Amino acid sequence: MDLKDLYRDVIVDHNRHPRNFGKLEPADVHAQGHNPLCGDRLTLYANLDGDRISDIKFEGSGCAISVSSASLLTEAVKGKTRAEVQQLFEDVHALLTRHDANVDLAKLGKLAALSGVREFPARVKCASLCWHTLNAALESKSEPVTTE
Amino acid sequence: MSALPTSRTQLDVAAIRRDFPILSQTVNGKPLVYLDNAASSQRPRAVIDAISHYYEFDHANVHRGVHALSQRATDAYEGAREVVRRFIRARDTKEIIFTRGTTESVNLVAQSLLRPTLQPGDEILISALEHHANIVPWQLVCEQTGATLKVIPIDQRGVVDFAAFERLIGPQTKLLALAHVSNALGTVVPVADFIAVAKRHGVPVLLDGAQAIPHAAVDVQALGCDFYCFSGHKMLGPTGIGVLYGRRELLERMPPWQGGGDMILSVTFEKTEFNQLPWKFEAGTPHISGAVGLAAAIRYLEGIGMDRIAAYEQELLAYATERLSTVPGLRVIGTAPEKASVISFVLDNIHPHDIGTIVDSEGVAIRTGHHCAMPVMDFFAVPATARASLAFYNTFEEIDRLVAALEHTQRVLG
Repeated sequence: MDLKDLYRDVIVDHNRHPRNFGKLEPADVHAQGHNPLCGDRLTLYANLDGDRISDIKFEGSGCAISVSSASLLTEAVKGKTRAEVQQLFEDVHALLTRHDANVDLAKLGKLAALSGVREFPARVKCASLCWHTLNAALESKSEPVTTE
Repeated sequence: MSALPTSRTQLDVAAIRRDFPILSQTVNGKPLVYLDNAASSQRPRAVIDAISHYYEFDHANVHRGVHALSQRATDAYEGAREVVRRFIRARDTKEIIFTRGTTESVNLVAQSLLRPTLQPGDEILISALEHHANIVPWQLVCEQTGATLKVIPIDQRGVVDFAAFERLIGPQTKLLALAHVSNALGTVVPVADFIAVAKRHGVPVLLDGAQAIPHAAVDVQALGCDFYCFSGHKMLGPTGIGVLYGRRELLERMPPWQGGGDMILSVTFEKTEFNQLPWKFEAGTPHISGAVGLAAAIRYLEGIGMDRIAAYEQELLAYATERLSTVPGLRVIGTAPEKASVISFVLDNIHPHDIGTIVDSEGVAIRTGHHCAMPVMDFFAVPATARASLAFYNTFEEIDRLVAALEHTQRVLG
């Protein structure tokens, strides 16, 4: 286990300077995510242009992994269709949890920086919280999402 | 780096550490520094051997057979009860109930003492320092009975507000349930003062001693509490075994809370006659090896001496508090004048979860999170803290390792 695999430069940078951070007003959809074990909380806001995410922002607080993962998510999904987001979610989930994952890292772009997380099982929930929250927002669920 | 202090307690910590096989390993390529003792302590060889010996030579079911092994197992189990009685200075072994741990002990009192008697308008009084195990069982019994849970506030140091307590207690109060030592902050609650007031009001007192009993001698008669709850695994013993001490007069009046074997004298389909104390509260085959291991743990602690343990841990606490205060951006959460060797802290701009992972990469084990005390986190407006909890087998050098690992954390994420 190498710490540098977890806290890669991209992760540290996005933690220090989260992109698309703040509230989107008005927002077509939004959802809250909570990881009770560590206290991570975030809210995702998105505007939709038909089937496409035209804008997305997040706010909240959490560990470096959860904040940077949310920041990377906002950059990755902006402009994508629901179907494309779903495919990305599945790829990221495989990347985070499966050693045998056959994921095309090039296709994932900066999100590939999260690949080190799977070596730290206790931290997988931190990285996946924002993705579950995005799913909830797109499905317009009113109950906060938890990773427990 | 400052020179390490010389311990005045003359505890041979190097020899003590050799008694704990788990401590002499490396984690992530570094010698393990185990500072998560408030979550669970480690076990000395004496405890591991006692459990092995029991299973290799003495195991059978207790209180049942006339054969040799059943007698030996019964002697070992009931002998452990006597060891516990002596350790906490209880009057009678009938007052020592074996449970699965502190949590079950609290639940037993909630369901057996309070559930049959509480009514709407009655109140249970706890403090804002409590572990979830000393909150949720009372919430459940309040839901079941219509009674109300009242909470004594704490101040910014993590001290329970005594004046507020005196205002909150009254004829409607049916139980005062307090932590003896806070698991999240280390605050030692001056429980004797609280008990004195509770006695004047005729209110029974339950103490959650899970975090107190590993750190100092406990005398339940001197304290004058009615119930004292603790767990084996935080005091060098096995998991899954704990104790409820209860004053005999109260235990006699309380109905059984679980039914089954061992807790009965005779059973017909028409009527069951319950066993006497303490077995009335121990339905089913108990955790015999757990009791054996707990007794071995107590003997080990007594061999060193709880007073010497307390004195040395206070030296560790003072040193750790001073060294941590040199880390830029570090804030200690919980600054009560009297503390056990537990230090909760936060670092500016670094989430506790990241601290935990990064110091682990340096071989240092600490707890991060809400410590099963979410209301305490809410009070201090932090989502979580990092917590170093020290035992008598920890060293000054290990505290330096923690400080170095925290400085490393700041470099990684700085």
